[in-house]
Amino acid sequence: MNQSTETLVKENVIEMRGITKRFPGVLANDHVDFDLRSGEIHALLGENGAGKSTLMNILAGLYKPDSGNILIHGKSVAFASPKDAIGAGIGMIHQHFMLVPSQTVTENILLGLNEPRFIMNLKMYDQNIVELGEKYGLPVDPKAKIWQLSVGEQQRVEILKMLYRGAEILIMDEPTAVLAPQEIEILFNTLHNMVGLGKSVIFISHKLHEVEQISDRLTVLRKGTVTAQGIEAKGVTRADLARLMVGRDIIFSLEKKPCNPGKPVIQVENVHCLNDKGLNSVNGVSFEVRSGEIVGIAGVAGNGQKELADVLTGLRKCSQGKIIIQGDDIANRNAKAGIRHGVSHIPEDRTHIGTAPNLSVTDNVIMKNYTKKPISKGWMLDTPSAEIYARELKDVYDIIVPSIDTPVRLLSGGNLQRVILAREISSEPTFLVAMQPTRGLDVGAIEGVQKLLLLQRDAGAAILLISEELEELISLSDRILVIYEGEIMGEVFDGNIDEIGLMMTGTRQNQLLKSGEIHEI
Amino acid sequence: MKSDTVVSRKSIFPFRVKFEQRISDVPKWYPIALSFAAVVVALLIGAIVLAVGGGNPWATYAHIARASFGSVGVFSDTLVKATPLILVGLACTVAFRMKLWNIGAEGQFFVGAFGASAVVLIPLLPETAPNWLFIIAMMLAGMFCGAIFGLIPGLLKAIFNVNEVISTLMLNYIAVAWNNFFIFAIWTEGGFQMSKVFPKNAWLPRLTDLGSEYPFFRGLTTHFGLIIAIIAAVILWYILNRSKWGYEIRLIGDNPKAANYAGIPIKKHIVLVMVVSGALAGLAGMSEISGVVHRLQGAISPGYGFTGIIVAWLAKLNPIAVIFVSILFGALILAGREIQPSGVPKMIQGVILVCLIASDFLIRYRVKIIRNSEEE
Ligand SMILES: Nc1ncnc2c1ncn2[C@@H]1O[C@H](COP(=O)(O)OP(=O)(O)OP(=O)(O)O)[C@@H](O)[C@H]1O
Ligand SMILES: [Mg+2]
Repeated sequence: MNQSTETLVKENVIEMRGITKRFPGVLANDHVDFDLRSGEIHALLGENGAGKSTLMNILAGLYKPDSGNILIHGKSVAFASPKDAIGAGIGMIHQHFMLVPSQTVTENILLGLNEPRFIMNLKMYDQNIVELGEKYGLPVDPKAKIWQLSVGEQQRVEILKMLYRGAEILIMDEPTAVLAPQEIEILFNTLHNMVGLGKSVIFISHKLHEVEQISDRLTVLRKGTVTAQGIEAKGVTRADLARLMVGRDIIFSLEKKPCNPGKPVIQVENVHCLNDKGLNSVNGVSFEVRSGEIVGIAGVAGNGQKELADVLTGLRKCSQGKIIIQGDDIANRNAKAGIRHGVSHIPEDRTHIGTAPNLSVTDNVIMKNYTKKPISKGWMLDTPSAEIYARELKDVYDIIVPSIDTPVRLLSGGNLQRVILAREISSEPTFLVAMQPTRGLDVGAIEGVQKLLLLQRDAGAAILLISEELEELISLSDRILVIYEGEIMGEVFDGNIDEIGLMMTGTRQNQLLKSGEIHEI
Repeated sequence: MKSDTVVSRKSIFPFRVKFEQRISDVPKWYPIALSFAAVVVALLIGAIVLAVGGGNPWATYAHIARASFGSVGVFSDTLVKATPLILVGLACTVAFRMKLWNIGAEGQFFVGAFGASAVVLIPLLPETAPNWLFIIAMMLAGMFCGAIFGLIPGLLKAIFNVNEVISTLMLNYIAVAWNNFFIFAIWTEGGFQMSKVFPKNAWLPRLTDLGSEYPFFRGLTTHFGLIIAIIAAVILWYILNRSKWGYEIRLIGDNPKAANYAGIPIKKHIVLVMVVSGALAGLAGMSEISGVVHRLQGAISPGYGFTGIIVAWLAKLNPIAVIFVSILFGALILAGREIQPSGVPKMIQGVILVCLIASDFLIRYRVKIIRNSEEE
């Protein structure tokens, strides 16, 4: 074997050879080879549905390969469960966390372990966990309950859970998809710390700049097969990566027609609302979105964006204010009132709110229009037309799924997002609230979705785009509002990043003007 | 993922049994085959118990089979027992589809019987009213009363978020007491704890009524309620699988948050589903009163309402499967009368239920037998 030559560089901790995994109707992994060296950060790339999660689930003992073998430190292993994998030092952090919300950090970390047999003397364990956290740069409060933590903090708990179980190899499935830019920086520091201490990391992401920034080597999958195996990350351009992933060139620029706004579609007047914990979250927001324009909302995660989206779409009550759509106040009505006025909503949480996991793709795409013809036929559902509709969306939005009867919980992350996008965009909304619409999508799909959003805009839809990714916001939006602690700090027309940045941290626009830091043009 | 494997740690044996969580979905036939297997295993366990108790299991089973399927006559009796079970099983099916745990079918059955009786005993219709009018009026009255007993917990749940398990369970007691009050105090016949016998035109037609024309049917007590039950099952299947309402129930049952997001009024559906569930159980009460008992009395149900829960579960909430499962359970109830001690069929019922619930485990887990020597 070529191991002797590679040992000179760095030892291979994991070798996967000829891994094949077939699901009903899909070949998710086709003779995949993959290796991981000790002390490296190895990026795993590929389109939606390329088989990245499947390959890593195999490595983490969740799935069994149909053929192929796994070597750890040169020794062949076969895992029957995640427990075996963690026993061999492999820990995986899934995209959807598996923590118990009502329990504390310490309790969650200890859950399922043989020690302690009873939850006693938690203080000692609290201390251990804090020490472990300090070692790797993962500050947590061991006594905090999970539901009180931000997504980034919850992710830290998941990492600690794996480290506490003695993981030497950490697999992270799209860890940055749910994080705010600041949290991503913290995560990257942690990962650097960990490889410094001799651990190895496998990192899945669709964001190519992150891959360039953090990984040592990378492997690319396309439709279940390897197109680049363990190449050095240095010197690889984004265009190269995109070609390896998609098999064609991707143009990283959007053609945007000039904005031609019409009449206001939605007017938001002095809206206030509470968050799930009962605290003030949106505090007197007013704005309007006109037909044919995209208004961006920029802000650090947790400053009321999600609550604002909920209020506008009728999922949350507001304590004060008016939401006028086409002359009708829909504040404190329900989701139905919005849907009737042509409001579409791409929610942030695709598994818990956006889809019904055990229902088929068909059932999921007709969720908003099953009361409209031709799918609605009197009090009946016209199954054939529902299926035609689902098949059409599957083709147009490139949803990779064996059949439209497949329950959506079996879809890959990006394909699930496409189901939601297909449903919400194809309804030709008058007003679309899109929250992180391109989260979890591969580069090709992002390009597609952005085009679709612009197409909707040009067709006269009013679009409110809420995102933490400034780059995307600036390239798509016609103007950007900055939100901080539930209040609008100001409005930017020219995509001035510095100005947005200052407002995101709580400086009001009029203060900026006064202090002369920014000059209005 | 926590503790995905359960390992039995008996190292004296050369083999170990290991349960692994299934990752991929099981094929469609698997749950059905599994249910059959569970029933077979349950019968085997029952056989062992019988043998240990000194009985002859095969003779007992043969006797049960003969007692419930042995001749046209007893099979007709089995169908009579199955009829209320089908309707009650359907009542549970609708509610369970939406993850509404209506365990008040027994009470809804009783008030359904009360409602149907009221038509005759108040009387709402003169004794000379035609048979068809009686049947329709009794069906409506039974369903109405059952629906009220579904409406109450439905409203409590929708408005005050009262747990429906508790409220429906409590209403069972109220229903029985309510019936008893009328049997003892108002409609008592000569101090006995039962009402007078209904006039013949308030009876559901039976096969035996055709006996004069077709001698073959003579003595067969299967009544029109069976037809009503089967029609109800087909309609319900159609509604649950093809209508918009059925779709909404499916969506709410799978993910209420997504349903809310899709603009479906969940509270309205909670009330509606409970009303329909109650009405079906009430219809079962009507069919039993007008098809079998022909008077209002205390002992009208050997726990049909509770057996219906098992039936719905065993039928995997499929209305058509409910029909067949009900016939199986009807047979067991019937055998209970034939066999001494009558506890035997009850025991078998219990074992079947336990095996079924246990078999669900095999849908989520896979069993693996490993030789200790080839330890991974
Ligand atoms: N349990 C399963 N049953 C059936 N099909 C599955 C299952 N898990 C994954 N698949 C299919 O296998 C293929 C690969 O999925 P996988 O989740 O590995 O993709 P991925 O590369 O992680 O994509 P994404 O970037 O969208 O997360 C997809 O077509 C998916 O639908
Ligand atoms: Mg994935």
